[in-house]
Amino acid sequence: MNKLFERFKPGSEHGKKWVIALPTLWLVLFFALPFLIVLKIAFAEAEIAIPPYSALLSMADQAFDLHVYFGNFIFLTEDDLYLAAYLNSLKMAAISTFFCLLIGYPMAYYIARAKQTTQSILLLLILLPSWTSFLIRIYAWIGILKSNGVLNNVLLWTGVINEPLAILNTNVAVYIGIVYAYLPFMVLPLYANLVKHDHSFIEASQDLGARRLQSFWHITFPLSRNGIVAGSMLVFIPVVGEYVIPELLGGTNSIVIGKVLWQEFFNNRDWPLASSLALIMLLLLMVPIHFFRKHQEKEWEGNQ
Amino acid sequence: MIEPSITRDSADGHFLQIKSIVKTYDDVVAVNDVSLDIAKGDIFALLGASGSGKSTLLRMLAGFETPNSGQIILDGEDIVSLEPYRRPINMMFQSYALFPHMTVEQNIAYGLKQDRMPKKMIADKVVQMLRLVHMEKFAKRKPEQLSGGQRQRVALARSLAKSPKLLLLDEPMGALDKKLRTRMQLEVVDILESVGVTCVMVTHDQEEAMTMANRIAIMEEGRIVQAGTPRDIYEAPNSLQAAEFIGSMNLFHGEICVDAEDHAVIDSQECANKLYVSYGVTTALDDKQVVFAVRPEKTMISREQPDSEYNWCRGMVHDIAYLGGHSIYHIRLDNGKILNSFMVNSDRFADAPTWEEQVYVYWSDDSGLVLRP
Repeated sequence: MNKLFERFKPGSEHGKKWVIALPTLWLVLFFALPFLIVLKIAFAEAEIAIPPYSALLSMADQAFDLHVYFGNFIFLTEDDLYLAAYLNSLKMAAISTFFCLLIGYPMAYYIARAKQTTQSILLLLILLPSWTSFLIRIYAWIGILKSNGVLNNVLLWTGVINEPLAILNTNVAVYIGIVYAYLPFMVLPLYANLVKHDHSFIEASQDLGARRLQSFWHITFPLSRNGIVAGSMLVFIPVVGEYVIPELLGGTNSIVIGKVLWQEFFNNRDWPLASSLALIMLLLLMVPIHFFRKHQEKEWEGNQ
Repeated sequence: MIEPSITRDSADGHFLQIKSIVKTYDDVVAVNDVSLDIAKGDIFALLGASGSGKSTLLRMLAGFETPNSGQIILDGEDIVSLEPYRRPINMMFQSYALFPHMTVEQNIAYGLKQDRMPKKMIADKVVQMLRLVHMEKFAKRKPEQLSGGQRQRVALARSLAKSPKLLLLDEPMGALDKKLRTRMQLEVVDILESVGVTCVMVTHDQEEAMTMANRIAIMEEGRIVQAGTPRDIYEAPNSLQAAEFIGSMNLFHGEICVDAEDHAVIDSQECANKLYVSYGVTTALDDKQVVFAVRPEKTMISREQPDSEYNWCRGMVHDIAYLGGHSIYHIRLDNGKILNSFMVNSDRFADAPTWEEQVYVYWSDDSGLVLRP
């Protein structure tokens, strides 16, 4: 990071300053400011007013009053619901990431090994679904998974089952939806990593007596570690905060932090509590984000 | 007359036999009916330009490509149908292909681990290999922390660790700079000779082939042009292709006018005097067109006209390339043809001919060669 700043320090060409000014402005407007607002609300008390929270600074009796309220955070530790929601979200993110990896790795491997022309077609097929709305695609899964939906009808018709399976509104449906929706985020970084592999490593491995599977586990898999980390983080981090999929496909018992946030914010109109929930989720995600960033740095260094 | 340049035990001439190998890709014939016999302990170089089929042939030996037809017999066993991991052959890759996530030690141990050798034996063998290539101090380093020459040593150690029957080197010096190259060429040969492994290498660099190998095959367009010792190929090329591929040649197109048992005389438009070779050339009556060839270092330059009847021509010094140890003279003959001649700079301040001076280029009767055009 320091190097990056050095490159743009005053005295260097003016153009560079402008180049960095735009993303900085973007980050200030759309990340730093909203974050500060959330931070401010998290330390306020809920009130029945507009806006529905107490002011941080108030002017009364010729004095500024700084009102910092920690009650929201204390409340979060008192009710088990919130801890359960955090843990459940983390568990769901971890399991979904694992299945994305399990399905995405062979896909990425196959694409990376395919012919150049086939590769672009396959990559297009991976990306094509995301050209339609995310919400519509999740709605489509309702149509597939519901008790008289496509999946059950096909299974009943072929005689595999006698009773329709209750998949919709269960955790299974949530996992299916998440793995489906986030698979491209796993496949693309893995593909980007695998396609760079020098084929002579595999040849060298075979030349030294390793069979195909051994060569894969000893050479290809360890060398794709950075792709695995990148893909896993790209799936894990957003899935922790996922709201739409558990809401649409999950049942009432699938408590995730995204849903709890929504309820606090819109149903209970408790903005301060919702803000402090969001703040803690951010703190939790700092760990994997930090891990991810370190790995990215290593990969960059490796490429130089 | 021609003794081998490196004395080696070449008693068994059939350790590796390549028999009528053909390899085509779609319509392109990459290797066209190649047969070679390589003796045990040989360092054999396949020399050719890119696209000559030499790399394809090497990859077929390693097992990465399958020939369309033909046999590869190593130590009495036909290995054509064997998977690469079953062949008692190891290869040093042009890019070295050292596994970047493993240390030097782990790289060398990799092949031994695949054979499920006991841990203790692997450790001993790794130490032995590190010592062989003088890399003991770098055992724990990753490949990215090594210089080009060090990487090459590790790659060599890794490919020798399993004591292969045959070692393949793919452009072994290709990734090194020129100065390091000359040093490593001799060092690699020393290591190979101390191990006594049979080796087939591929190179496009004739100097490298001649320095390292005791036998060379020149490949062009998928065929073997000539195979033999470096000296054979240099001094007695069997064709114009072979002569032009290695070193440089002065060529005179002409036709045979005297064809005796122990000598021949060639009449060429390109040389004012007749050309004499000290061996008989059997020619058919209707096949008199030949090329007379003489290497630049076998010609001499003088200011006085030679008193011989044959093998000299007159010209002007057109250009001189002073290379320190010797100079290359470009002599323009009266008919415009340029001849190359080497002159050894044995005196520090010799009174050598200079630009635009009239000189005579001549050579002895047994210097010339007759080649078929």
